[in-house]
Amino acid sequence: MKVPLSWLKEYVEITLPVPALAERLTLAGLEVSGIEYVGLEPPAPLRGSSSPPTKAKTPRIPWDRERIVVGQILEVRPHPNADRLTLAMVEFGRGEPLTVVTGAANVRPGDRGQKVPFAMVGARLIDGYSDEGRLVTLKAGKIRGILSEGMVCSEKELGLSDDHEGILILPDEAPVGMPLADYLGDVVLEVEITPNMARCLALIGVAREVAALTGQPLRLEEPTMRAEGAPIAGQVGIEIADPDLCHRYSATLLRGVTVGPSPFWMRHRLRLAGMRPINNVVDITNYVMLEWGQPLHAFDYDKLVERAKGRTPTIIVRRARPGEGMVTLDGVRRELTTDMLLITDTAGPIAIAGVMGGAETEVTENTRNVLLESANFHNINNRRTAQALKIPSEASQRFGRGVPAGLTIPAATRASELMRTLAGGVIAQGYADAYPVPQATRVVEITPAEVQRILGMEVGAERIMQILESLGFRVERTAADVLRCTVPWQRLDVSIPADLIEEVARVIGYDQIPTTLMDDALPPQRRHPELEMEERVRDILIGCGLQDVISYSMVSQDANRRLLAALDEPEAGYTGVGVIPCLLPPEKSVRLANPLSPEHDTMRSSLLPSALLTLRDNLRYTDRWAHFEIARVYWPREGELLPDEPRHLCLAMTGPRAPRSWHGGSGEMMDFYDLKGVVETLLDRLHITGARFTATAHPAFGPRVARLEVDGTDVGILGEVHPKAREAFGLPAQRVCLAEIALGPLMAASNRPLQIKPISPFPAVREDLAFVVGEEVTAEQMLAAMRAAGGELLRAVELFDVYRGAPIPAGHKSLAYRLTYQADDRTLSAEAVARLRQRIIRRVQQELGAELRG
Amino acid sequence: MMEELDRLAEEARAALSAAQDAAALEAWRIRYFGRKGVLSEVMARLAQLPKEERPAYGKAANEFRQALEAAYAARQEALRQEEMARALAEEKVDVTLPGRPVNLGRMHPSHRTLREIYSIFAAMGFQIFDAPDVETDENNFQLLNMPPGHPARDMWDTFYTTTPGVLLRTHTSPGQIRVMRQYCPEPIRVILPGMCYRYEQVTARSEMMFHQVEGLAVGRHITMADLKGVIVSFVRMMYGAGRKLRFRCSHFPFTEPSAEVDMDCIICNGQGCRVCKYTGWLEIMGCGMVHPVVLRNGGYDPALFSGFAFGMGVERPAMLKYGIDDIRYFFSNDVRFLEQFG
Repeated sequence: MKVPLSWLKEYVEITLPVPALAERLTLAGLEVSGIEYVGLEPPAPLRGSSSPPTKAKTPRIPWDRERIVVGQILEVRPHPNADRLTLAMVEFGRGEPLTVVTGAANVRPGDRGQKVPFAMVGARLIDGYSDEGRLVTLKAGKIRGILSEGMVCSEKELGLSDDHEGILILPDEAPVGMPLADYLGDVVLEVEITPNMARCLALIGVAREVAALTGQPLRLEEPTMRAEGAPIAGQVGIEIADPDLCHRYSATLLRGVTVGPSPFWMRHRLRLAGMRPINNVVDITNYVMLEWGQPLHAFDYDKLVERAKGRTPTIIVRRARPGEGMVTLDGVRRELTTDMLLITDTAGPIAIAGVMGGAETEVTENTRNVLLESANFHNINNRRTAQALKIPSEASQRFGRGVPAGLTIPAATRASELMRTLAGGVIAQGYADAYPVPQATRVVEITPAEVQRILGMEVGAERIMQILESLGFRVERTAADVLRCTVPWQRLDVSIPADLIEEVARVIGYDQIPTTLMDDALPPQRRHPELEMEERVRDILIGCGLQDVISYSMVSQDANRRLLAALDEPEAGYTGVGVIPCLLPPEKSVRLANPLSPEHDTMRSSLLPSALLTLRDNLRYTDRWAHFEIARVYWPREGELLPDEPRHLCLAMTGPRAPRSWHGGSGEMMDFYDLKGVVETLLDRLHITGARFTATAHPAFGPRVARLEVDGTDVGILGEVHPKAREAFGLPAQRVCLAEIALGPLMAASNRPLQIKPISPFPAVREDLAFVVGEEVTAEQMLAAMRAAGGELLRAVELFDVYRGAPIPAGHKSLAYRLTYQADDRTLSAEAVARLRQRIIRRVQQELGAELRG
Repeated sequence: MMEELDRLAEEARAALSAAQDAAALEAWRIRYFGRKGVLSEVMARLAQLPKEERPAYGKAANEFRQALEAAYAARQEALRQEEMARALAEEKVDVTLPGRPVNLGRMHPSHRTLREIYSIFAAMGFQIFDAPDVETDENNFQLLNMPPGHPARDMWDTFYTTTPGVLLRTHTSPGQIRVMRQYCPEPIRVILPGMCYRYEQVTARSEMMFHQVEGLAVGRHITMADLKGVIVSFVRMMYGAGRKLRFRCSHFPFTEPSAEVDMDCIICNGQGCRVCKYTGWLEIMGCGMVHPVVLRNGGYDPALFSGFAFGMGVERPAMLKYGIDDIRYFFSNDVRFLEQFG
């Protein structure tokens, strides 16, 4: 909402400097987001000042008080050397009149007496021919042989608008010689209006706030009109068929108006408020809307009569009928739905209620008789209609937030009287006024104790009363110190005591509320194991050299399908929920009804596709990348409205094992075992002992893939991505290691109490043993057999070499182990160690056919 | 005889000095201390001497042996020192060459900021409560005092799912309803961190996804003064003790009274700059006293209980703190962005 201060001053005295006023309004809930100085010099920014900068589209310039003044054209003569130019002699109250050369279309030979802005040599103006608002300093110069000693200015040159069609003609009463800054200079506040402040989408609404906030009286009189025409009754009928959507419909009638341009002051104010002047009738409806907040609409009355075939027209307010449509005044044909409210007559729709008028009954320059609508429409319905039709009009901006029904008559009266005085015509006596749902008067009770309970600050009853009364509330104080507050009809936003407490607090100022530490009872304290687990995992993985990332929760609906690209029919690889990776088909996923793009239209059911996208993006800049993400996946639940959102962990690694450096490095690429090493480190640091890796097959992965089980439960998968899946995500041909693990079961498994073992004071015995086994024997089997044989005394088994090739026979491999034997209560004798060794050798031989290498 | 020993000693010392490496030293040792070495010869002569000359010669021979041994040890040590010095001289490196890279990962800047926020609020007794990303319209809007069609809904552009009545939470506030319903009638002091979603074109200034941290305190004596106290404490701990704050009236359907909190700009210290749009102030959070309707929806009687709530972004403060001018960096996971966070 743009608020020109000169306009505001009609209703309230402004006692504060502009920046202080802006600050006061901002703190009280009317955020001033910009201040435009029109023709005036902005104050030098103060230290710590909060005065916001201008956001004006039109470049504003201060008008030099000495060099830009009100002038009067004494005489206009043709330019002797140019048909399109004229010579204007301008008097400007300082010395002899001067002659200027102008090409303005509205200054023609023979004209005299117009008041115009006159700029003297040395004045700084905006270049009328520049699109960027370039500043120029006016110089005297010969134009086609004639010396021009100044300039008469267009609105554009003054920074008032983009209009450079002609010279700005000022009202006749403008005093010659007065600095233009004094005559037209203004300050426009750009005020952000929150939904509860809808009443301030009107100058009077803002003025009421300013009055209450600065302790000034509001200067406002009930509007009156001189109605001398035949009574309106009998000239128009009003029927409200859907009173749930239209609580009130009021109208006045003017006969014999002359449609033409509005006077300068009205056009000027409309422009400052951001509206484009059209003609006097339309301008007045806009002007009164800006002033009072009541949107108005003017119909050409004669066209209504015509549509009624000469009979008395009847306005019918009703919902649209199936299949109904109409052409609005912007010339667009609108198809309507049956929940949209229309203004109709017996011949059909004439306006979309509170959104836009119809083309057929619109006021034109030929209009003589005007029916002025001042009505009240249901806010939610109006908002939906405006949104559905994508017509964000000034009217629906106000109706959509709620307009009090009490406004229709004052606004209609004010507008009718303005039309009578500015457009001529005679006002019909009385109002056509259908008011089926009168606005209820609300009474809200409040006590000083309640104010203190919420604000934590004592405010006396007198102060509360004074604040509320300054805002227009009627307050009655009972013996028990209860304040019975009658809400003024302008205030639709107040219905409960908390609303009144906010009024009190914001007028006093939030800065006056003390700052205290809570002394309320401390709630029972609880930990958050899931989050603690997440943060622990995060720390461990960062220690493992992985980058913590966050990617979009939404992926494209074919993300899962791309991961399954290795299958002839990828759809066959879709899964249900509960397995990892959970690759749901799009129709079973949580999907967005209004995605921003197809790239992000489905809530991810697995973290793997996001990881591949992150890899793809980063491999453009680096050849080595390792990251992890801890995030939610979204799994729809049978019979539940909301999906399950388990926390998952995703790991992704690719590129050379050692970062490139001058120290060299093997250049070997990270593979399955690098990934597994990270997973093992994580499990180890989380003290998870019951973990198992088992060989598996999965279409998203190549042959190097394993499932991770913890305590017999499947918790995730890890492996090298299948080349076809890799290609489907646009990744280069290099090994990509990927894992997805559910965090919930890990948390359960790591929650066991940790017991620290004493350190044995007896020496440990270490020895290396190598075995030759068949290829089919796994490391896990060997370990299990050795542990079973070694029991408690076999403290550690470390596999330090895997060897294939001569002299090991084909189909076999050599596994070399370092074994550590130790007891807690004695030094192991050589014989005891030998017995242990023999037991182990025998066990792996019998169970797995392993032969000790000589 | 004695002269002979002196000569031999002289000769041995000269030979020892000439030994420049371990091999020469060993050759010297064999020559003098070996089984058929000079020392053995000298000692063998003792037996051939007349009895009366033996004590004097024996003493001199013994001195000769000790002198040789000492000289040998000294020479050996000198050579070891020389060797060490030579080896050390070869150890010299260019200390400006880079060290061997260590692989250490990095935390995402949003998580760093969240951790800071968690710990500050933990110190004030606020616990963490989790709520889902995919929410009901009821929790996200209706129970927060925004019935269908409420104009305030326009403040949040919403992603809806294909299931009617289910959406992606536009703010962390629906968690207020969840936590109240779970803990009623206990007093509450929680923060609710989480990802929020807005149907907004992704630009340098706006993302379709971002973190928020909501705070909620409900009890029998919670006041707006307490709200101010908590926020002032938080801001001073998060941004520094000298920070200035201003609370200005604003509007949220789920709080009444409502406020917006501005902090003096951390870039220009309130002097006015591009970041604060020359206002000197940065908007850092919205807050207010929990609306009676919301308290009632959570199960608390607004006549007996009161509460405050606040909500703040996570990426926005991180942007201010680190001078990041494009919010899209946060979730694009570009190495060139992430690697700048140590």
